[in-house]
Amino acid sequence: MVWAKMKFPFEKRVKLAQGLWLLSWLAIVGGALNFCFGCFLKTEIRRRTEVMDNSNIHIVPNTLIVSGLAAIGINYFAGQICQDALDVGRFPRWKTFLKPYCCCAIIFTSLTLIGVILSFTMRSSLEGSLQVGLRNALRFYKDTDTPGRCFQKQTIDHLQMEFRCCGNNDYRDWFEVQWISNRYLDFSSKEVKDRIKSNVDGRYLLDGVPFSCCNPSSARPCIQYKLTNNSAHYNYEHQTEELNIFVRGCREALLSYYTALMNSIGAGVLLLFLVVLASLRYLQTSMEAVIGQENTEIETEGYLLEKNVSETIVEYLNPVMKLLLLNQVQDGLVKKSVRMSINYRQLPQVKDHFKISSCCVFLICDNEKQTA
Amino acid sequence: MAILKVTFTKTKRNILAQALWVLNWVSVITGLTLFSLGLFLKVEIQKRQEVMTNEIHMVPNMLIGVGLATCSINFLGGKICYDCMDTTAFLHWKLLMLPYIICTFFFTLYILVGALMCYAMRSDLEESLLLGLWDAMCYYKDTDIPGCCYIKHSIDLLQMQFQCCGNGGFRDWFHIQWVSHCYLDMSISNVVDQLQSNVEGKYLTDAVPFTCCNVHFPRPCIQHQITNSSAHYNYNYHGAELNLNQKGCRQALLQYYTQIMQFVGLIVLIMWLFELSVLTCMHFLQTSIENVLRLGDSESESDGWLLKNSISETVQHNFNIIKNLGKCYQVDDDPNIDVSSTSRQTQEAIKQRHP
Repeated sequence: MVWAKMKFPFEKRVKLAQGLWLLSWLAIVGGALNFCFGCFLKTEIRRRTEVMDNSNIHIVPNTLIVSGLAAIGINYFAGQICQDALDVGRFPRWKTFLKPYCCCAIIFTSLTLIGVILSFTMRSSLEGSLQVGLRNALRFYKDTDTPGRCFQKQTIDHLQMEFRCCGNNDYRDWFEVQWISNRYLDFSSKEVKDRIKSNVDGRYLLDGVPFSCCNPSSARPCIQYKLTNNSAHYNYEHQTEELNIFVRGCREALLSYYTALMNSIGAGVLLLFLVVLASLRYLQTSMEAVIGQENTEIETEGYLLEKNVSETIVEYLNPVMKLLLLNQVQDGLVKKSVRMSINYRQLPQVKDHFKISSCCVFLICDNEKQTA
Repeated sequence: MAILKVTFTKTKRNILAQALWVLNWVSVITGLTLFSLGLFLKVEIQKRQEVMTNEIHMVPNMLIGVGLATCSINFLGGKICYDCMDTTAFLHWKLLMLPYIICTFFFTLYILVGALMCYAMRSDLEESLLLGLWDAMCYYKDTDIPGCCYIKHSIDLLQMQFQCCGNGGFRDWFHIQWVSHCYLDMSISNVVDQLQSNVEGKYLTDAVPFTCCNVHFPRPCIQHQITNSSAHYNYNYHGAELNLNQKGCRQALLQYYTQIMQFVGLIVLIMWLFELSVLTCMHFLQTSIENVLRLGDSESESDGWLLKNSISETVQHNFNIIKNLGKCYQVDDDPNIDVSSTSRQTQEAIKQRHP
């Protein structure tokens, strides 16, 4: 009993082949776009690798790159098959090739689907990674003389200016971190000594932010020090002042940027691939009925699956299981347990051991002891 | 004696026509490229119009015009070459060919002028930027005056993007009041002293806006009391020059535009050479096909040349044509024209009466 049956007269077959040829070329373009987008996303993530804690997020662009390349190859062959499909003489040479080809196509289309799903689900992992990464980057801002960390200041300044953000959650993160190096602090000054004594770790904390937090759209020259002190600046109220520095946190800014990138490739390309796959299968099955017939213009039936869904899955999984030798590994155990069950019936003594434990290993060992 | 005479067989003529057809279409594409380059330059200049006194629109407009004209001329040329492959179709174009080639020759001169102008734009631009940047910096503080309120934003973005400070250097900010009166506390004696210390009552300090800060400097930015070495710990004004951006914005913008102009100028020069070679080949094709038509047999060989006679003879011939252009037709000159005897007698009678 076939699944998803459709009738195909000669003209419909011709139209199917032509339409599929066009679609396969569109799908090649889609695959190329997928690939380019994956590369672009990978470079964008690499650029900000210093503010990310782990590189788990790389799985999304890697999946997109692989599925893009595979899509180009698969759809190129689909186009070739279409060109030969209407010529009954040339179509049979593809016959043996088609079943494994369809399997591959299904696998790589599911890979694209997985890529799309991943790009939605990786958001929380990315957020965690950015949270930790940015916190560390803020702590190392002042260490411009420590090898390995000397470019953190530049990176954070560029990041804050480019994404128009300040700090991790918001600008107050800078109040909890010493971002001015001890080399530039005058330890003989009373103010510095007071600040250092006022906290447990002996850090110089102040209610100021680096200059890269300043908002160029502000009407007023930037106020970056003594932010919470209204009387320190003329005509200034820090509760109502919005434009002076960037209020958005860099974690939120980066997260929304990357999420927008990852969501934009989405379902359109996937839909295209599914349509190409289904059309190709219909074309193949409808052409198979024509082979060997004298009149090539007869009406034939096309279908998606020969048997229904569950039977097809079982049929395909069996060879895969055999390939992985899963049945063979069990064979030894199966044989011994078969032997044991026969012995069990013959030797009542085994029954007592069987009651103690039901583990196969114990069973076999006891059995061997018995027979020995 | 023809200059650069080349003999063309029929196949050679066809190959030449086909090659020229392809080359003409390539020229159409280069014309489109030129048009888009002109547009790009126009947009770039428009983006920074606030820091220029008079916008330099002549060069991008010329590039746009040249691009469009190249497209149309080469499109026509392609059509002519396509018809040249068939001698009967060529007859449509016979009369138009020579004027077309002459027009295209003058047009290539126009392309050359465009290329040279790209290189000459620099001095105009420098002057425009010098005055424009000064004016913009003076209006930096006027964020509450309609019409000037975006100048602060533009200058801040400019200084951040090009990593520059001020007009010629960061000291330009010391001569301008860039802090608005709205944010000055007149009750503080310092402020009042500063205002009274200069003739025009401007608040001048040795401070710069935050966008002058150099991102690559390891120390948190020092933007106030820059010249006062004792105001900051471990700071020497003369040693810490990299704290702020060293380049002036005039120099940065000039460099940027000069680079674009050099690139565009080079492309236009290459295009000019290409157009000239296409034109020369078309002239060869035209002369060879005309000779074939004169011979009558379209399968035979014919000669193509650059000029029919030597340069001096051609110049003299053309000069004569121009000289005789204004003169009316003379009855006495041409023996082939039959003039009736009555008119001749009337003319002689008139001559006798009025000697």
